[in-house]
Amino acid sequence: MSRVPTPITVSRPPDNRRALRRRRAGEAATAWTFVFPAVLIILGLGVVPIVWSLLLSFQADDLVTPSRWVGLDNYRALAEDPHFSQALRNTVLYTALYVPASMVVGLLLALALHRRIRFVGLYRTLFFVPFVVSATAQGVLFSFILDPEFGAANAVLHHLGIPSQGFLTDPSQALPVLVAVSLWSGTGFCLVIYLAAVQDVPASLIEAARLDGADRLRILRHITLPALRPVTVFLLLWQTIQSLQAFDLVYVTTKGGPLGSTTVIVYFIWEQAFKNATAGYGAASAYVLAVALGLIGLILQLVRRRLKGAAV
Amino acid sequence: MTAVSAPPDAVQAATSFGTGTRRRRPRLPFSPWHLLLAPMALLFAVPLIWLAVSSVMSNAEINRFPPSLWPSRPNLGGYRYVLGNAMFPRWFANSLLVSLVTVSANLVLGTLGGYAFARMRFAGSRPLLGLMLATMAIPFQLTMIPTFLVMKRLGLIDGLGALIVPSLVTPFSVFLLRQFFLSLPRELEEAAWIDGCSRLRVLWRIVLPLSRPALSTVAVLTFLSTWNDLTWPLIAINHDTQYTLQLGLTTFQGQHHTQWAAVMAGNVITVLPVLLAFLGAQKAFIQSITSTGVKG
Repeated sequence: MSRVPTPITVSRPPDNRRALRRRRAGEAATAWTFVFPAVLIILGLGVVPIVWSLLLSFQADDLVTPSRWVGLDNYRALAEDPHFSQALRNTVLYTALYVPASMVVGLLLALALHRRIRFVGLYRTLFFVPFVVSATAQGVLFSFILDPEFGAANAVLHHLGIPSQGFLTDPSQALPVLVAVSLWSGTGFCLVIYLAAVQDVPASLIEAARLDGADRLRILRHITLPALRPVTVFLLLWQTIQSLQAFDLVYVTTKGGPLGSTTVIVYFIWEQAFKNATAGYGAASAYVLAVALGLIGLILQLVRRRLKGAAV
Repeated sequence: MTAVSAPPDAVQAATSFGTGTRRRRPRLPFSPWHLLLAPMALLFAVPLIWLAVSSVMSNAEINRFPPSLWPSRPNLGGYRYVLGNAMFPRWFANSLLVSLVTVSANLVLGTLGGYAFARMRFAGSRPLLGLMLATMAIPFQLTMIPTFLVMKRLGLIDGLGALIVPSLVTPFSVFLLRQFFLSLPRELEEAAWIDGCSRLRVLWRIVLPLSRPALSTVAVLTFLSTWNDLTWPLIAINHDTQYTLQLGLTTFQGQHHTQWAAVMAGNVITVLPVLLAFLGAQKAFIQSITSTGVKG
């Protein structure tokens, strides 16, 4: 926004402008005092660690004794580490199940709530409340509900005459169960975002389509869903990043087990750096994750830009 | 509830008023969407109900198989144990302190930084802003190992300082406030400034009173992420006097595996503050969440 001088008010503004300019020139010092704390913390604990992490990933470091330069050894070891590839597989599977499910259910609920029915506020609250519950509290709660011996889930199954399940203690069930638990807290977020976006779809557009004789399904397909595309891309990006970074819930419920079936990549990083005291190795795996996240972000940004271009 | 007995025409008129729907009303006395929504809502509500219910059950009731699904009579033993024998009050105070300091610091430092980036001219502001935005995209997992090392050198590890310092101000707070300040009209501020008000005074008297939505977004999102965090406290804290509630809860669960009533009582204490804050300021919460998404 460049300020164009207006010829209408001749008397005072030139003075003002000169005064403004004079004051502006002297305020760099003030500006720096304003931004200094933010810059110090964000650079000191944002930019410096990024470089440090990269350097660490070329070293063997146990966080206590001085580290030793090992070149690309950490990355080479990662490529051959079966635990790392298992963690990658688990993370991809978790993401592939969680992201679409949370978005589809969120969209469905948003469309249902958009129908101006009763208790919309109550429904929205009920669906959204789990989102503010911490992953820790959620994990502790669901370890209890899904406890094979004392859990309510098996009690209900028992009443229905279905045999007890292992849930989080069964290697073949643990990951899907974890996805279901995450859906409990993650769906509300998608719902709230979709609901806001659905409400932003211009009513005139829908009205016009209706006057042209379009039924509800066609309005949904040709007007509502296309209008939701940018939000969908945002959610896809956001939910993917969230699920690639899942850690708290895994730590609280399964600690990566049973038999490594829920070891996701961030759990792997944490284990390497802070439990096995191989920080360099952990840093290398963190870099692999960061590069993957960066690539996904980049691709979705490109998609988004194309969508925006198409909309104009 | 009363609309059930209302004549069908009135219902139709009421529902079609806003959207102008012309569809035929089904025979049900309520919208068929409730058939989808009500069971789903129940599914979402049941875990939290179960959390509250089981926290007032006795261990004997829980440890029976199959466990009972309703307490014969409320038993506060779990709460008594958690408040008397465990360090939950201490952890609660730690969490509260860390959250309050972090939220206030983000409001103050985010406002100052955001305002300077929005309105003031100084050498290096563009590249700095760009750098800050870039760090927003960096996942925490990448920086957590060096952050641990930095905190260790500063001698802050294993103290609440280690939890506070890294999140005193986030690039997100600075950026969000900057964007908001840019959307305000300049004229008022400039008039006051020319009249000799200092920048700080302009900020305090003119800008901040207009900025409540952005400030509450920063406060809500900072509070949620600080109160609920487990990863960083897990890394930075060893000694149980310095635990936050989240770290305390998961450790407590590990040590008291069979005392589910006590664990659930601790869980209620951990969840209740956020839950109350959410129910009390639901609008602000939901607006904060949507403002990050829809405009993103």
